[in-house]
Amino acid sequence: MADAAPNEAIYQTERLIADDIDAYLHRHQQKSMLRFITCGSVDDGKSTLIGRLLYDSKMIFTDQMEALERDSKKVGTQGDSIDFALLVDGLAAEREQGITIDVAYRFFSTDKRKFIVADTPGHEQYTRNMATGASTADVAILLIDARQGVLVQTRRHAFIVSSLGIKKIVLAVNKMDLVNYDQAAFDKIVADFSAFAKNLPADLDIQAIPISALEGDNILEGRGNTDWYEGPKLMPYLETVEVEDAREDRPFRMPVQWVNRPNLDFRGFSGQVATGVLRPGDAIKVMPSGRESKVKDIVTMDGSLPAAAPGQSVTITLDDEIDCSRGDVICAAGNPAEVSDQFQARILWMSDQAMLPGRKYLLKIGAKTVTATVNAPKHTIDVNTLEEKPAKTLDLNEVGVTTLSLDQRIAFDPYSVSRETGGFILIDRLSNDTVGMGLLDFALRRASNIHWQALDIDRTVHADQKGQKPAVLWFTGLSGSGKSTIANALQKKLVAAGRHTYLLDGDNVRHGLNRDLGFTDADRVENIRRVSEVSKLMADAGLITLVSFISPFRSERRMARNMMQDGEFVEIHVDTPLAVAEERDVKGLYKKARAGEIKNFTGIDSPYEPPLQPEISINTVEQTAENAADAILEWLQSNGFIQA
Amino acid sequence: MSDLSRLTHLDRLEAEAIHIMREVVAEASNPVMLYSVGKDSSVMLHLARKAFYPSPPPFPFLHVASGWDFEALLEHRDRTVRDYGLELIVAQNEDADALGINPFDTGSALYSQTMLTDPLKQALTEHGFDAAFGGGRRDEEKARAKERVFSFRTASHNWDPKNQRPELWNIYNARKNKGESIRVFPLSNWTELDIWQYILKEDIDIVPLYRAAVRPTVERDGLLLMVDDARFRLEPTDQVVDRNIRFRTLGCYPLTGAVESDASDLTQIIQEMLLATGSERQGRAIDKGESASMEDKKKEGYF
Repeated sequence: MADAAPNEAIYQTERLIADDIDAYLHRHQQKSMLRFITCGSVDDGKSTLIGRLLYDSKMIFTDQMEALERDSKKVGTQGDSIDFALLVDGLAAEREQGITIDVAYRFFSTDKRKFIVADTPGHEQYTRNMATGASTADVAILLIDARQGVLVQTRRHAFIVSSLGIKKIVLAVNKMDLVNYDQAAFDKIVADFSAFAKNLPADLDIQAIPISALEGDNILEGRGNTDWYEGPKLMPYLETVEVEDAREDRPFRMPVQWVNRPNLDFRGFSGQVATGVLRPGDAIKVMPSGRESKVKDIVTMDGSLPAAAPGQSVTITLDDEIDCSRGDVICAAGNPAEVSDQFQARILWMSDQAMLPGRKYLLKIGAKTVTATVNAPKHTIDVNTLEEKPAKTLDLNEVGVTTLSLDQRIAFDPYSVSRETGGFILIDRLSNDTVGMGLLDFALRRASNIHWQALDIDRTVHADQKGQKPAVLWFTGLSGSGKSTIANALQKKLVAAGRHTYLLDGDNVRHGLNRDLGFTDADRVENIRRVSEVSKLMADAGLITLVSFISPFRSERRMARNMMQDGEFVEIHVDTPLAVAEERDVKGLYKKARAGEIKNFTGIDSPYEPPLQPEISINTVEQTAENAADAILEWLQSNGFIQA
Repeated sequence: MSDLSRLTHLDRLEAEAIHIMREVVAEASNPVMLYSVGKDSSVMLHLARKAFYPSPPPFPFLHVASGWDFEALLEHRDRTVRDYGLELIVAQNEDADALGINPFDTGSALYSQTMLTDPLKQALTEHGFDAAFGGGRRDEEKARAKERVFSFRTASHNWDPKNQRPELWNIYNARKNKGESIRVFPLSNWTELDIWQYILKEDIDIVPLYRAAVRPTVERDGLLLMVDDARFRLEPTDQVVDRNIRFRTLGCYPLTGAVESDASDLTQIIQEMLLATGSERQGRAIDKGESASMEDKKKEGYF
């Protein structure tokens, strides 16, 4: 057992604390911080490694050590030797807690650094947990069992951590004691991994270290077993690896979190510096507006600062009273962030409910939250093989490349250039859950180059010519509820009264415009998106547009409503109970759905979300289609759409 | 320029906590800071003053008082509130006496539920706070190691550990459903030692009870209790002895064990803490009581 040395170190630390607490505290106050993630399954010795790091960093005191020795004998898997995994697994007690699939954060420190370890499970179904841990990590330790070599899992982990912008990867080839510290075994693993790493970002800094977490080889120091290895030991590497330099050499960026206005004489912009260094007198540009000014002061409670560095939370005052609010990004004037509203991005989907292309999500980047339409993915990336596969949507833990359209322009940097200003999260607007994370690749130039053509004949002219107020009458309800029958009756009445109308019917549109769409949730969303766009054009042309679509989801109907002018969208709920619609079964579809011949049938195995506040609600049990059409006509009259 | 990038670990922890506090203030409609007056709360208050300087912290501070609080703690609280011009809300179970609940006769689970958890939940509901800052740290307890910085509570203030949102980079999703509220833990990544080092570095004023002094004590059930006021119920066998003691944590005085110590300045306290065997919370009877684990308490709304 080689434990004499670390034990001695423990006593030394305790002695220093006892003898010279001031020296100890001084040393520990000057520490820097490093965040790293450990990847690899339990079998690769992850818990043992973390336990070993805690132990070797002298974070374990005599009484804990005694308890560990006791437990190792009692329940350990290492005979009479110390089972370091117990330190971690004992802390976690994951099964007891029932939170087995989550990121756990652990802390230890040495004289030089404080470490925050994101401890994440390694299996494929936990990809999102690993991404969560990796998003804040500076370094990734990729564990490989020397007996197993590079596995599918190793490749997946390397892909995820490098995609998330971690530049420093430690390839910790563990359990070297079980292959007799064989250099050839180590070299082969390093060669295999290097061959695979050619597919990863070019600027990765990979450090391979042969270790035995159990025995302690090359953790703090070598033990004479791997004299052929001349590189750094793990702990010294973690204590000295440089990770922050790059951030201060980049152009200045600070997302504004909060405008500080204690009184009329002070207006400061508070935020955490993402990249670059800022000094009083520096010229800045507020993005996306592009307004310029100069830095007057960098204010903190401890006094003004001569400079603000990456990672610091500060408050900046400017020379000019320019417009700048939460979500804007204060940038170096000479090198501001890009601005766009259309992007290509890589997305990792984190929700059990698949991504719905065409649906609107909230996108938060820095301190800015906007509405984003996520388009169908160009392809997904198989995280195990890096192969690209065609796809229509993204499921939980899937990574895909897609395009996004935002409702307003945002300031950003490509993620490959800046993790701090190029990453975003997607939030579901109904559940408010974080459903995806994304990395902005680049702006689609289309957005800046295709402008709206200003037309002389606008929508008012179209409407005036027809002497009517355009409207979109949106009929929603179950299949067989009577939507089309009522819409048809209403249209006849409108035309008879000299109105210009058009009826978009779900079945008819699916024969043409939407011929390529099926009935999955994703396709239903796209179906409605297209019909909404067409209705919008019809309304622009001055028509009273009748839309007869099941449109089962509230969020898509809300999307349609938001696309129209205020007050133009009239939601008509054709409220027929399922039992009644099924009994009518005009097209014989319910029968087929019940027999399992039709999948995803609304009301049977796909949900219908009734409107909460429709403008008009029609009860078809008590009303005939004629009566219903009259009622709608009356409503249109009393609400000023048509004159009586 | 490389001296600039050398933010120490305390600098980074401070900047992170400030970032979190500003996000909450920007996104929540009615935030509050839980203020227990203990050392972690003192660090939180200090960070809040820094985060919004030169504005005062733009939220009130909520102290859940059991009525059995140390006299010195209440004095410290009132002085701090006065010095910094803070808005203080005190939540207290006014019916405790009538119900016959007191720290001497009541079981610890029922006691903490009725005296601490219930008044806290009531105050949060009554004032309509949608976000509450707490001083919880991930190194404190195993249930906390996996808790998010932004931790969501149902309308009845319960925590669902299996249904937590992923937290990516420093982008926090503070959106909540109707009736939900958020508990926010800006000190998540701090350790016990970080807290003490920061108090030392920033010269933060803490309740004098953390420092050793001669105080009247009795020994009971292995705990060294301080006779803080005349309500302390002495048993016939109790002997009040003046001892040099200090406290590691501050709860209700009849339930909070002291340690015998000569450590009267901060570095000595840190030294003792580092050399101590046993966890920080060993002096608190409430955590040992019955079988309710911290996680169960959290699920019920305990901070």
